[in-house]
Amino acid sequence: MSTKLIISPSPHIHSGDTIEKNMYGVLIALIPASLVSFYFFGLGSLIVTLVSVCSCVFFEFFIQKYILKSKIRISDGSAFITGLLLAFNLPSNLPIWIVVIGALVAIGIAKMPYGGLGNNIFNPALVGRVFLLISFPGQMTVWPVPGVFPMQYTDALTGATTLNMIKNNFGEIPSYTSMFLGNMGGSVGEISALALLLGFAYMLWKKIITWHIPVVTVFTVFAFTGIMYAVDPMIYAHPLVHILSGGLLLGAIFMATDYATSPMTKRGMIVYAVGIGLISTVIRLWGAYPEGISFAILIMNAFTPLINIYVKPKRFGERKKND
Amino acid sequence: MLKTFRIGGIHPPENKLSANAEIENFPVPRQVIIPLAQHIGAPANLLVKKGDLVQVGTLLAESAGFISANIHSSVSGRVAKIDQAMGASGYRKMSVFIDVEGDEWDAAIDKSDIFIDTCDFTAKEIISKIAAAGIVGMGGAAFPTLVKLNPPLGMSAEILIVNGVECEPYLTSDHALMMSKGKEILVGTQLLMRSLGALKGAIGIENNKKDAIKLMKELALAYTDIEIVPLKVRYPQGGEKQLVEAITNRQIASGSLPISVGAVVQNIGTVFAVYEAVQKNKPLIERVITVTGKHLAKPCNLRVRIGTSIADLIEYAGGLPEDTGKVIFGGPMMGKALVTMAVPVVKACSGILILPSLESKREFASDCIRCAKCVDVCPMGLVPNYLMTVSDFADWGKAEKFDIVDCIECGSCTYICPANRPLLDYIRIGKVKVGSIIRARKN
Repeated sequence: MSTKLIISPSPHIHSGDTIEKNMYGVLIALIPASLVSFYFFGLGSLIVTLVSVCSCVFFEFFIQKYILKSKIRISDGSAFITGLLLAFNLPSNLPIWIVVIGALVAIGIAKMPYGGLGNNIFNPALVGRVFLLISFPGQMTVWPVPGVFPMQYTDALTGATTLNMIKNNFGEIPSYTSMFLGNMGGSVGEISALALLLGFAYMLWKKIITWHIPVVTVFTVFAFTGIMYAVDPMIYAHPLVHILSGGLLLGAIFMATDYATSPMTKRGMIVYAVGIGLISTVIRLWGAYPEGISFAILIMNAFTPLINIYVKPKRFGERKKND
Repeated sequence: MLKTFRIGGIHPPENKLSANAEIENFPVPRQVIIPLAQHIGAPANLLVKKGDLVQVGTLLAESAGFISANIHSSVSGRVAKIDQAMGASGYRKMSVFIDVEGDEWDAAIDKSDIFIDTCDFTAKEIISKIAAAGIVGMGGAAFPTLVKLNPPLGMSAEILIVNGVECEPYLTSDHALMMSKGKEILVGTQLLMRSLGALKGAIGIENNKKDAIKLMKELALAYTDIEIVPLKVRYPQGGEKQLVEAITNRQIASGSLPISVGAVVQNIGTVFAVYEAVQKNKPLIERVITVTGKHLAKPCNLRVRIGTSIADLIEYAGGLPEDTGKVIFGGPMMGKALVTMAVPVVKACSGILILPSLESKREFASDCIRCAKCVDVCPMGLVPNYLMTVSDFADWGKAEKFDIVDCIECGSCTYICPANRPLLDYIRIGKVKVGSIIRARKN
């Protein structure tokens, strides 16, 4: 028999799922939030987003080609996501050179030195964002007020965010409808709860992520701030305000669910998400910063390897301790 | 809500190309090669020598202990030689080569198609007939059926579960057998229940075989103690532990057998073989096999004599397509890719699948992105990516701690992995290694 047969161990079929499909799925899920940000922040948001995405992809390409001399894998889409998420966490009037530095830190420090996609410990976009927040506190804490396709960039009119108002006890916080649709001050991609939830629904439908991390994170924040609101509504804001303002939904849906830096098991994901919810609430209520989701996610990222070792999934036929 | 198992699982494209093909009798070949080890356990002891004349049903080799099985001739003719022959696993096995002359059956065998539903045999007599017929698990594992019918002391079977799940894509032999031999399968179920003293019987069938569910339900009306259980279509529901859970809602503990929760599982083909052995005195000398593939001219279900060359079956189904990449012995999820088609059909062979070369090659594997999809689909609740890593680093202590030996090798993790990582390949290595370490520690 002359036919040469191919042999390999089973299974002999594959689902056809690829890294690219998952990454591009996340990008599609980010489209609604991008469109909302272009609408309310106009030119500034467009420039920040483009600069961030292009520099992240460029830095990844440059490092793979000239420093690591490895296979170029920018087409897997992960650098696009990092760029987009970094932009989403920046004010839309941030100067180009600061955005580029953020991208360099995200890709050049938080991602590639660890071995690239899948091997990094901390969420690259958040490392970039927190680096900028600490290095350029002035530029990073003024946010343009929303308009309708405003054509200003660094010269945009700025105002306080909802969380700023709560923290420092001034101003009139926007209505729930405004907060839900995104008509309020804030970073590029965090303003519209509706757009972020649409992205969440898409990712659930495409089985890119499971519900555990986003739902548990938001629920923890809701419960914690709800208790504090019940204790003293004069000092503490309503839990709904906490959920709809700041970067909570963006963080819970898109940043905390980053594959590489979140736990592998459902039980682990719940532990991780409760941690994020608690830490971000503590920072919001009693910390120096009005917003704490970035720090909370980065802190829990550090616990992820530990969670992976100690929080195993429920095994089939697991014996109870007394057996 | 259809019943199913609780943890993990996948739903690959079903591709049941031969679902509506009735069983055809494959002509008796000119030569058969019958291996002496077609089961888990010791190879049978040879009873014939070169030049001997044999009939259909002549005992060729005798069970060599408790975990072993008799081997019978599936044809009549002359023993041409006793020699090594390539088996599906790629190893050479001692086999009996028989040149076929005519088709003379042993006089004790009832060759007719007459359906016999009455049976006066006691449990002991049924068990000894099953042992004499050399019946083994025909779903793929080839575990001698006799062993399952002798529960360890202190354990007894409450329920006999018949596995008509056929969760492997492409395969339809159990489906076809239910459609044509439903009555016989129910009698076989009764016989097995009697042999075990089990009061209940259940036949689990996945919901993609609606005609079989309907037919079996109608036929089962005559039996108050047999229930037909439709199951949600989900792989690996045909796994013993998964099926017991789906039907009884009880999980078998790690390292235990189904009998520990009062269940015994038998495959549809096995149950039919039991009917034939007890009611017809017919040893296990033929079985139904699905021969299938997307580019095969005529996907079909064939009743084939044990020992027939797989190459002959493929020829019958329209010949090997030009773009063939793999010839698989069994289903696409757990079957073995064959090195050569000159391999005989054995008792546990449920199908031959021809995969085109485009579907046969694995994609380039990249780094794990830790998406956790393998953890989600693992039906045993393990962490496949971690087990692969510790196997790669030969850290057998950690592999054991994370229960690598619980892996049932269903392949769901490798199937789902977006980075195309060969998870199961590494886990198998670790499983073998850790298994031998555990055994060495016990001794």
